[in-house]
Amino acid sequence: MSGSSAMASEAGPLATSADPATMPSATGTSNEVKTVEVDSHTINFGPQHPAAHGVLRLILEMKGEMVERADPHIGLLHRGTEKLVEYKTYLQAMPYMDRLDYVSPMCMEHSWVLAVERLLHIEKDVPERARVIRTMFAELTRILNHLLNVTTYALDCGAITPALWGFEQREHLLEFYEAAGGSHYHVNYFRPGGVARDLPADLPGRIATWAAQFPKFLDDLEGLLTNNRIFKQRTVDIGVMTAEQAMEWGFSGPCLRASGVPWDLRKAQPYEIYDQLDFDIPVGRQGDCYDRYLIRIMEMRQSLRMVEQCLGRLKPGPIKILDNKIVPPKRGEMKRSMESLIHHFKLYTEGFHVPEGATYTVTEAPKGEFGMYLVADGTNRPYRCKVRAPGFAHLQAMEVLSKGHMLADAVAIIGSLDIVFGEIDR
Amino acid sequence: MAENETLTALGEAVAALPGARTAIERGAELVLTLPREGLVEAMRRLRDEFHFEQLMDLCGTDWPERPLRFEVIYNLLSLSQNRRIRVVVATDAATPVPSIVSVWPCATWYEREAWDMYGIVFEGQTDLRRLLTDYGFEGHPLRKDFPLTGHVEVRYDEDRKQVVYEPVKLQQDFRNFDFLSPWEGLTTLPGDEKVHLNRIEGGKS
Repeated sequence: MSGSSAMASEAGPLATSADPATMPSATGTSNEVKTVEVDSHTINFGPQHPAAHGVLRLILEMKGEMVERADPHIGLLHRGTEKLVEYKTYLQAMPYMDRLDYVSPMCMEHSWVLAVERLLHIEKDVPERARVIRTMFAELTRILNHLLNVTTYALDCGAITPALWGFEQREHLLEFYEAAGGSHYHVNYFRPGGVARDLPADLPGRIATWAAQFPKFLDDLEGLLTNNRIFKQRTVDIGVMTAEQAMEWGFSGPCLRASGVPWDLRKAQPYEIYDQLDFDIPVGRQGDCYDRYLIRIMEMRQSLRMVEQCLGRLKPGPIKILDNKIVPPKRGEMKRSMESLIHHFKLYTEGFHVPEGATYTVTEAPKGEFGMYLVADGTNRPYRCKVRAPGFAHLQAMEVLSKGHMLADAVAIIGSLDIVFGEIDR
Repeated sequence: MAENETLTALGEAVAALPGARTAIERGAELVLTLPREGLVEAMRRLRDEFHFEQLMDLCGTDWPERPLRFEVIYNLLSLSQNRRIRVVVATDAATPVPSIVSVWPCATWYEREAWDMYGIVFEGQTDLRRLLTDYGFEGHPLRKDFPLTGHVEVRYDEDRKQVVYEPVKLQQDFRNFDFLSPWEGLTTLPGDEKVHLNRIEGGKS
C-alpha cells in the first residue's frame, strides 16, 4: 500500500481545484459555482504484498479511507492443473494435488483419492489401518493449516510472536510428514486404495509425545491473542457475514461455521472413520473476523482429540488394498514373481483404467468444502477434473465483506478468510 | 439403502421440473439434466422448494464429438436436508446459457471461469471478464482442442527491457502416449469376423 499516500495526494488537489471549466455541471440550474470535494481514488493492492497471502491483486476503490469497491484479480498463480491432469494417469496426477492448497497438502490428496476410489468402486475395500492413518494425517494437516493461518493472520494485525511460536509447532508436524511420506511438504502419501507405505514404527509414539504438549502451546497462543485488546480491536465486528449471506456466497468450512451454520462434512456426510470418532463442531455467532479466528483455534483442539483417538485405533494390518491392478506389489515379491513384475511395470507406465462415470466427491478440508468433480471415460487418464476450492468462493465475497471498512480492515479480512492461491488459481 | 430411497424420491420430485430428466449415478449421486430455457426459474425452484441453499460449484465440460459440445455442471448442496444434486445443462459455443447470478450471487466467478476456460457464454451475466488467464489471453485453454503447451510463451527480454510473448518453441515434441491396448475392447480380430458373428452375436440371441 505504499501507493496509498501518493494516490491520496494526487487525488487531493484534483478534487479541490475548483476550476469551473473542467468540472462537470454539478451546479445544476443555479449559476453559483459549487465546489464538490470528491476524495475517491483507486488503489492497486498487490500482487506482491505480504498481507495479500500470495499473489492477490486487489483493485480497491476508496472513498477517503473507506473501501467502496474491491475487485480481486486472481489467476497469477494459475498453473493449469486441471488441464495437466487430463494428460496424466490417475497416479501421476497425485502430486499435482499436493500443490493445490500447499498449506494442507494431504487434505487435497484426500479428495482426489476418495474420488478415484469411488469411480473404481473400491471405497469400501480400503483397509482399516489405511483409513485410520488417512484420518489422522487429515487432522494433523488441519492443525498444520490453522496454525499457519491463525499466526500469519495475527501477523497481519500486528502481532509477531504467534508466528514465531506457531512455525516451531508446524516444523514438528512437517517432520511427521517426512517420516510418513519421505518428503517435508509435498508428500504424495495417500493412494487410491490406501496409503503409499506404512508408518515407521516409532512415529505413533512421536505423534503422541507431540500431542501431549500441544494443548499447552494452544493455551499460550490464545493467551497472546484471544483477549488481546489490539487484536480484538482489529477483528471484532470486521467483515461480518450473516448466515444467509454466507450460504448464498457459497461459504463452507470455518467461514460458514463462524456465521452460525452448524455444518461440517465430517459430521453431515462422514467419510473415512469420522463417524466413529468423538468430536464437536465449534460454531460461531457473529460471523466476523474474530469468530473466524476463534473457530480455527477450537477446531485445532478438536483435531487434536481426533488425532489421539486415531492413535488409539492404530492396529497392525494392511495399509492398502490387495488388488495389484490398482496398487503396486511389494518390492520383495517383484524379485521373485513374474506376475508382480508385470503388474509393477503396467502400473507405472500405463496406470490403471477407471470405469466410465462421474463423481463429485467432497472432503472437509481445513479451509472448507474441497470438492473434486472427476469425469472418467474408461481410459487410464481422467477426462475432466474440476477442483472446487473453498477459498475461491470466500475470496469472491471480498467486496461484500470489506465494503465500508477501512483499508487496514481489508487486510484483516483477507487474513481471516484463509486464502491460499494454490487452490484458488489452480 | 434408505439413503438410496430418499435419493430416488427426490429424483422423482425434481423430475417434475419442466424438461427435466434425472439419473442416479452409481447409486449415490443424483444427476438432473435441464434444458437451457427456463433454467433460472428451475434453479430458483430448486433453491426455494427443494431447499438447495448453496451453489457449491459450477464448471464446464467439453465433449467435442457431441452436437452440443459443452456441458455446464452445477453442484448444489442442501444444508437443511443434507443432500446434493448435480444439474447438467448442455450448450454449444454459440448458444448462451442463462446466468443464475440472480439466484446465487456467488455464480459470478464460476461463470467467469467457465467463460474463460471453455468460452461458454452466460446470458445476463454483466461481468463476463476473464478470470484465471493472463491479461490479453486468447483462446479457451480447457477445450479439448487447445494444446497442452498453449500457443505463446513468455520471457523477459533483456534488450527491450520488457516481458515479451513469443510462439511456443519446444525442444522436444510433446509426447502423448497411447495406452489403449488393441487387445482390450476389441472383440473381433481382423479376418476373424465370422467367428465373432457366430460366437458373440449368436451367443447373445
